[in-house]
Amino acid sequence: MTIALVDYGAGNLTSVKKAFLHLGATLDVPATPAGLERAAAVVVPGVGHFSATRTLTPDWHAAIRRGLDAGRPLLGICVGMQWLYEGSTEAPDCPGLGVIPGTCARLTGGVDRLKVPHVGWNTLRFPRATSLLDGLQQDSSVYFTHSFAGPVNGATAAVAEYGEPFAAAVEDGLVMGVQFHPEKSGDTGLQILSNFLRRVADGVAMERG
Amino acid sequence: MLARRIIACLDVRDGQVVKGVQFEGLRSAGEPAALARRYNEEGIDELVILDVTATIEKRRALAATVGAVARELFIPLSVGGGIKDEGDAAAAIEAGADKVSLNTAPLADPDLITRLARRYGSQAVIVAIDAKRAGYGYAVYSRSGTTAAERDAVEWAREAESRGAGEILLTSIDRDGTKAGFDCEMTAAVSAAVNIPVIASGGAGTFDHFVDVFTAGRADAALAASIFHYSEHAVADLKTHLQARGIPMRLT
Repeated sequence: MTIALVDYGAGNLTSVKKAFLHLGATLDVPATPAGLERAAAVVVPGVGHFSATRTLTPDWHAAIRRGLDAGRPLLGICVGMQWLYEGSTEAPDCPGLGVIPGTCARLTGGVDRLKVPHVGWNTLRFPRATSLLDGLQQDSSVYFTHSFAGPVNGATAAVAEYGEPFAAAVEDGLVMGVQFHPEKSGDTGLQILSNFLRRVADGVAMERG
Repeated sequence: MLARRIIACLDVRDGQVVKGVQFEGLRSAGEPAALARRYNEEGIDELVILDVTATIEKRRALAATVGAVARELFIPLSVGGGIKDEGDAAAAIEAGADKVSLNTAPLADPDLITRLARRYGSQAVIVAIDAKRAGYGYAVYSRSGTTAAERDAVEWAREAESRGAGEILLTSIDRDGTKAGFDCEMTAAVSAAVNIPVIASGGAGTFDHFVDVFTAGRADAALAASIFHYSEHAVADLKTHLQARGIPMRLT
């Protein structure tokens, strides 16, 4: 059971790799979209500017969508989650994958004019039960570092507050995403990644019948 | 609600944790990975590994130390001390650091901040400012507090932010190692001048010093070393103390 990490040159993958390896996953960093075919699931990490996702050309989009059609779970982390939306006002000419409705926008800081970026440990509220956040308690803390975020909608799996509510996690079928960094969120983060791996393993077991 | 962060600093020299008093006079406090593990169990929010002698002795932060800590801890980890260029930053990040902390190098080459922010994202770039009171302002020093940089801390923090820094780590040289409390006035002046988080450092001696720096000092995070090194449960006790005084904490 191999997890494909999509490296589009934004930031570093070291921490995400370390966390998945710690949980016993086998990782692959495919150089081309065709490489995704070998994996049981796809993870799109990422930090920094939304425009970095421009390197995910239409053939990557198509391969990731084909993976979803073939039953492969997809997890976006941070900018990788924002990319699941239709796009972001950070780089309006740069389309997201569009599997979650809406457009990401810059945090306003709210009436208290909080500092943006939003950096640090914040609590999660769960509007409904999801497989990704299974077993977590309300108000669990996770580590965020970002200036843009996606809107709360039917796909939202967790909401966080920073001057305004925003989508801290999404889940819609096989599409999952977290705005925070599970690889840097201690035991809570490891639990989330472990939930993702269990979901992948269940899918593989079902496929084998 | 966003919690204020408590950050433990491991000042490392020759693979061992030490803590300097005003950057001089070193006492051994133990093996870095063991201390990091203990802090993590106590609920520390973040760790900084600082190679305290790197700038002077021209040594690079020890990748082995960073790797040993990063292998078992899944909380944010920063590395600083003697990071002079992209190569040093890459070595720290490849060893497992999430952020690099730059002090002396960007004073001579401010564009380094921008280059590293482009490569790794602003969240990975901390500009560390060591400053002491000078007249009505705060004079910045480089090279572990030995060389006057002819810059004011507030103005340099603003420039660092505009060049792409993601956080400011502000150390009061006057207070460092004294246990007399953080320099809240200086911290508040810098915090009010920038829109990025300011981590206050230097002077923590009591739990109430942290209360002060999060209220009067307007700090987003506070960093300390020795207050955590020599007593059991200090991190958990500190967080409980702050939470009880209305400062939001991540309690584990």
